[in-house]
Amino acid sequence: MSVSLLPFNLDFQGNPPILDFKNLITIATRVNMTKASIENKTLEVLLKSPTGIKGLDEITGGGLPQGRTSLICGGTGCGKTLLAMEFLLHGAMQFDEPGVFMSFEEKSGELAKNFASLGYDLNELVRQKKLTIDYAHLDPIEIEETGEYDLDGLIIRLGYAIESIGAKRVALDTIEALFSGLSNEAILRSELRRLFNFLKEKGVTAIVTGEQGEKTFTRFGLEEYVADCVIFLNHTVTQQIATRRLRIVKYRGSAHGTNEYPFLIDRQGFAVLPISSIGLDHTASSERISTGIERLDAMLGGKGYYRGSSILVSGTAGTGKSCLAAHFVDAACRRGEHCLYFAFEEAQQQIIRNMNSIGLDLSHWIEQGLLQFVNSRSTLYGLEMHLVAMHREVENFKPDIVVIDPISSLLTAAPGNEVKSMISRMIDYLKMKQITALCTNLTATNSSIEHTEIGISSMMDTWLLLQTIESSGERNRRLYLLKSRGMAHSNQVREFILSDTGAQLLDVYIGAGGVLTGSSRMTQEALDKALSLEFKEDIERKQREIERKKIAIEAQITILHTQFEAEKEDLDRLIAKQILKDQVLFNDELNMSLSRQADKWSACQSGNEGKTQ
Amino acid sequence: MSKNTDTDPPPIEDAMEAFELALQDRNLEHYSLKLYVSGMSPKSQRAIDNARKICEEHLHGRFDLEIIDIYQQPIFAKEGQIIAAPTLVKELPKPLRKFIGDLSKTDQILAGLNLTRKK
Repeated sequence: MSVSLLPFNLDFQGNPPILDFKNLITIATRVNMTKASIENKTLEVLLKSPTGIKGLDEITGGGLPQGRTSLICGGTGCGKTLLAMEFLLHGAMQFDEPGVFMSFEEKSGELAKNFASLGYDLNELVRQKKLTIDYAHLDPIEIEETGEYDLDGLIIRLGYAIESIGAKRVALDTIEALFSGLSNEAILRSELRRLFNFLKEKGVTAIVTGEQGEKTFTRFGLEEYVADCVIFLNHTVTQQIATRRLRIVKYRGSAHGTNEYPFLIDRQGFAVLPISSIGLDHTASSERISTGIERLDAMLGGKGYYRGSSILVSGTAGTGKSCLAAHFVDAACRRGEHCLYFAFEEAQQQIIRNMNSIGLDLSHWIEQGLLQFVNSRSTLYGLEMHLVAMHREVENFKPDIVVIDPISSLLTAAPGNEVKSMISRMIDYLKMKQITALCTNLTATNSSIEHTEIGISSMMDTWLLLQTIESSGERNRRLYLLKSRGMAHSNQVREFILSDTGAQLLDVYIGAGGVLTGSSRMTQEALDKALSLEFKEDIERKQREIERKKIAIEAQITILHTQFEAEKEDLDRLIAKQILKDQVLFNDELNMSLSRQADKWSACQSGNEGKTQ
Repeated sequence: MSKNTDTDPPPIEDAMEAFELALQDRNLEHYSLKLYVSGMSPKSQRAIDNARKICEEHLHGRFDLEIIDIYQQPIFAKEGQIIAAPTLVKELPKPLRKFIGDLSKTDQILAGLNLTRKK
């Protein structure tokens, strides 16, 4: 892979190769092109001039075509001049390519002032001979056309400016002013063609700007002359929110992103949101970080979230989503990590005050520079702008943890179908940076609670659901762990309590009375306690009874035994008496027989013997 | 490149006097003209010829005509705000006017130079 990609390194003039195109087709095309260039080494690859504008180089695969002219067109105020000037400024400052800016609209003094507000010192660059600004003034009132003419004046001026500083880049802003200053269009068109040829001969990379026409890209059809690269800037307002977008209409000889890419113009200049540069090849950390709530950690396999994962906390209003986020932030700051908190609905001071009420002091983390709030209304600008702005904040602050509270409010900034893709890009971006993202999502009360309006749940690694249940005149919070990828986690519902010492999770009551929380749980628990107490007493009573019975039985046994003994004694005595009596009788009989000399002695004797034995 | 200074401008002491002079006779106004050409192309040659002709015929003795080849001295193209070539610039009297092209449309130039009345 590394060998086959080598020609593309040349492509980017020593810049690191940009390989993270999402589009597989694009990659396939590139590989094919690469193969072709290996087979035929004499094949010249289109060289590119990096613009140095964040995102634009990624979309164009390295910049504008070197040595050729690119057209930037768009409506009024869409950023054409800024793009052209930034191309020159970055060239002069970063790539050692001096530039010539020929302005037909703004004087050089005005330009210098405008760009000073973006932090660029044009005058200094002019002094260093890295930049030349030439203001071509064209006032139709003072001009009279009196015969055949050409644009040699302009071409010579440009040539002189290029020679004087060895310029590699040229911007003409906007050359269409010629059409309003001069009336002979036939001459103008042929002269423009000559001008573009001249620029090509000079080998400079040029940008020409043009005002958007009604049906054409430019009012005067400049796209006819500039065939190599056409970039279209767009500034649309939908639902009262303006969004700037950039599209590469044409790029001869190069693969390029074809979408409309949102871009941002702010204090730091021009930035394109590099959507396609984010792939799904981020690394996955197995490090675990605490949620800030002990029992929630326990629910998540005892260790908490994965670092670099994305967590969604959804729930209806007032379920404690922000509190959960604040706990997470607090725990992270305790570990010395940096947190960036995007709040779209509350001011910083308000959040700090509210979190104080549950015993979390966020203000000292801010003082220590570990926590930074970015508060903005979601309707401030379009969704794309938000995401570009978020990108920028993340780049600047380099946080370990990002909280977006709530992600659902971005819905108001754009129509729903766009939101999902934009947010997925944001989440992919954060994952790529190994930043743990916690997003809260406000669920509308009338919809299913397991439904996120943006449909982002599938992108999330861990999904906590907070819910309030109304029963017996009160609302109680419950927390479910709907999913947590890659870890054993609890499937049990917990009661979520916000106290002045922080958020706590309690087991809910699960019993004959159903699943109960809050005061009904307490009541039920008390009832259960009373009931079990009663049982206990019952048992004790029964035990005592048995004991008593045992004693009684034992007493009876003794009596019976005694009786038995007595009776037995009687019997023995009777038997002894009888024996004695028999003996006496026998003796008497024997004596009588003896005295009577009876012959039945022996018979009597034997009969008596049998009885007495 | 050649400078035509065969006639000295009338001495003007101050602006007020100049204004009064101008009121008295517009024909006394002094013209300061610059002709920018690019190389010695037929177009440039025509423009030079036409400019000389107009000056001689209509501004005899009260004009400066400076002919500049921007091909050789490109810095003047920037200073003179030249875009097209050839360009004849009327610097004085005010206001500044630019005549682009080979100056073949004499009537138009004379009108632009405020010289039609005389003709």
